[in-house]
Amino acid sequence: MTSGEQRSRVRVFGLRARLLLAFLVVAAISAGTTAALTYREARSALLQTAQDTAVTSFRDRVQQTGFSLPLPREDLEGVLRDIARMGKPHPWVVFAEYGSIRASSGENPVSTVITPELRRAARANPHGSFERVVKDGVPYLTIAMPTVFKAGPDSVLPSGIVLYAVMRMTDEQLNVDALLMAGRDGALPGLAVALIPGLIAARSVLRPVRKLRQAALSMGSGRLDTRIPVRGSDELADLARTFNESTGQLERSVRELREAEERARRFASDVSHELRTPLAGMLAVTEVLDEDADGLDADTARAVRLISAETGKLAVLVEDLMEISRFDARAAELNADEVDVAEAIRKTLQNRHWTDDRVRVELPDGIRARLDPRRFDVVIANLVGNALRHGGAPVTVSLHTEHLGAEAHSPGTAVLITEVADSGPGIQPAVLPHIFDRFYKADAARTRSAGSGLGLAITLENVKLHGGTIRAGNLPGGGAVFTVEIPLHTEEADG
Amino acid sequence: MPRVLLIEDDPSVREGVELGLRRRGHEVRAAATGEAGLAALAEFRPDLLLLDLMLPGMNGVQVCRQVREHSQLPIIMLTARGDDFDVVIGLEAGADDYIVKPARPEVIEARIRAVLRRLDDSGPGRPAIEVYGELTIDRAGLTVTKAGRPLTLAPSELKLLLHLAAAPEQVFSRQQLLEHVWEHSFTADARLVDACVARLRGKIEDEVGSPRYVQTLRGFGYRFGPL
Repeated sequence: MTSGEQRSRVRVFGLRARLLLAFLVVAAISAGTTAALTYREARSALLQTAQDTAVTSFRDRVQQTGFSLPLPREDLEGVLRDIARMGKPHPWVVFAEYGSIRASSGENPVSTVITPELRRAARANPHGSFERVVKDGVPYLTIAMPTVFKAGPDSVLPSGIVLYAVMRMTDEQLNVDALLMAGRDGALPGLAVALIPGLIAARSVLRPVRKLRQAALSMGSGRLDTRIPVRGSDELADLARTFNESTGQLERSVRELREAEERARRFASDVSHELRTPLAGMLAVTEVLDEDADGLDADTARAVRLISAETGKLAVLVEDLMEISRFDARAAELNADEVDVAEAIRKTLQNRHWTDDRVRVELPDGIRARLDPRRFDVVIANLVGNALRHGGAPVTVSLHTEHLGAEAHSPGTAVLITEVADSGPGIQPAVLPHIFDRFYKADAARTRSAGSGLGLAITLENVKLHGGTIRAGNLPGGGAVFTVEIPLHTEEADG
Repeated sequence: MPRVLLIEDDPSVREGVELGLRRRGHEVRAAATGEAGLAALAEFRPDLLLLDLMLPGMNGVQVCRQVREHSQLPIIMLTARGDDFDVVIGLEAGADDYIVKPARPEVIEARIRAVLRRLDDSGPGRPAIEVYGELTIDRAGLTVTKAGRPLTLAPSELKLLLHLAAAPEQVFSRQQLLEHVWEHSFTADARLVDACVARLRGKIEDEVGSPRYVQTLRGFGYRFGPL
C-alpha cells in the first residue's frame, strides 16, 4: 500500500464524502419542503372542511331556532339541547349567554374553552366567529353565533343572545398526525434512495480523478509515456486531455534532453577513442625520445622531453576519460572476486612504489571481501596518490569492518571501511562539496594538476559500483581524510 | 631476444610498437592484416604473436583461432580497455594474455617476458613425470598426455596446469593465479583465469560440466583434484 492510498483512506471529508453530503442535503431539503407544504395544505384543508361544516350547520341551526323573548333559563336549555343533538360533523356542546343568564346543553353552564377574544368577536360580527383552541392537548373548535331578529326588510338587530358551540376536533388531529407520520416515513427512505445517485455521481467523478492520480504517480516514477484514456466530453475529460498533452510535451522535452546528453556522452567517448590510437603510437616511442634526448642540443632535448612527458599525461587523461564515459554509459562492469583486502592494499602500494615511510598502513589481516580487484586498486591508488600530491606525507591507510545499525537481535549490515588520511593542511570547507566533481580545481591558480582531474570522480564511481559510499573530511588535528565504505557480502561467496 | 610478430592495422601504433620493441632489442616483424600476419608466420617463425583484435578483413579472433589450431605459439592480444566483449572473445579464442592500449614498450616487454617465462617450480625432489588419473605431466619435456594421447596446450594453459598440479588439492584464488601464472598484479582482469580454465578443461576433462582435474571452489578459486 502506498502512502497515497493510506492518505485517501484516512481522509474523512474527501470528495466522495462531500458529494454524498451535498446529495443528502439537497434531498433532505426537497423532501422536507415538500412534506411541510403538503402537510400544511392537507392540514388546513382537513380542518377547513370540518370547521366550515361546523360553522355552517351551527348557523343554520341557530337561524332555524326561534327565540321568543323573554326566555326562561329552562326553556333556553331545552333549545340548546335540541341544537346540540344536531352537531355536525362531530357532536358539539352548545352554550348560550344572554345578559347574566348562562346556559348550556351540557353539565356546566359556562365553557372553559371559550376565550374572551371570541366573545368580543361575537359581538362585533353578527354572522358569527370561530376560533381553534387547544386546551390540555385537546383541540377544540369554538363557534360563536349571535342571534338576530329582523327589524325591517333589510336590517337585523342583535337580540342579545349569543350561542356558542364547542366541538372536539380529535379526529382531525389524528388525521393530521397521520399525515405528519406519512411525510416523515416517506422522506427517510427518500433520503436513503438519494444516496444511490449520490454514490453513482461520486463514482463517475472520482474514477477519472483516481485515474489521474495514478497517472501522475506513474509519471513521477519516471514512466513519461503514461497517458489517460479520455472518455466523454465533460470537464474531467478536458482535464485528462490536458494532462495527456502536457505529459506528451514533457516526454518530448525529456527525450530531447536525454538525446542531447547521450550525444554529448557519445562525443566524449568517441573523442577519447579517436585519441587513443595515435596516442598508442606516440606512447610507444616516448622511450626512444627520452633515451636519445641526451645526445641532442639543449633546446631540442627540452622540447623532446616535454613531448614525451606530456604524451604520458595525455595517455592517462584519455584513459580516464574513457573510464568515466563507460560509467556514464553504465557500461562499467563489476568483476567481483573474493580477496584479502589487506593484501590487495599492500599490492597496490607496492606496485606504485609507495613502500617507503611516506605511506603508513594499519591493515589487520584476515578481512576478506568481494571486490573488483582492479577497481579497488584504482580507488586506493587514486586516494593515496591524491593524498601525497595535494595533502602531505605521511599518508595513513587504515582498514576495519563495522556493523552498521547493529542491534541485539540483528547483526546489521557489515561494511568494510577504508580510510586514507594525510598530514597536509586539510581541505577547505568551500572545496569539500565539489571534491568529487570532474576537473574541479581546488586552486584556481593551479590550472593543471599532476593528475587528470578525473581521479576522484573515477574513485567515486568505482566505489558506487561496489554499492558503497565515499566521503571526504578533515581530521580534528588537521589533514584530510577520505573514508570509503563498501558493504561486505561474504555470505554470498560462501553459498 | 625473442622474435615478435606484430599484427596491427593502425600504422602509427604498428610503427610505434615496432620501433619501441626493436629499441629494446627485439626482432620485430610487423603485418598490417591478419592474412599478411598468417603468411609471415611460417617464414618468420616468431617466438610470440602480438595481435590486435580489431583488424580489417580477417579479424584478430579468427587469426587467433587459426593459429591455435596447430600451434602452441604464445599469443598476446592488444586491446582497448572497456572493449570487454573483445577481451572475453579473444581469451576464449586462445590468447594467453592481453595488453591494454595505449601501452609503453616497457609494459609490452614485461608481458612478453612473463608469457615466455617457464615456471620455475621443478623442485629437486619432484619426479620428472607425474601421473594423475589419465593425465601424464612431463615437467621436463613440458608435455601433457591424456590416456597416452598428447595434448596441444597453449602456453598459459600448460603453465596453469603445471602450477595447479604442483600442489594438488591446494586452493588458489584467481588473484594468486594471476600473479603466479601470468605475473599480473591486482590490475588485471580475473576473467583471464576463468577463460584459461575453461579452455584447459575443454582439453583435459572428460566432462566439462563436472570437472575432475581442475575444480572450482566458489568464492575461493581453483584447485587440482582431488581425483
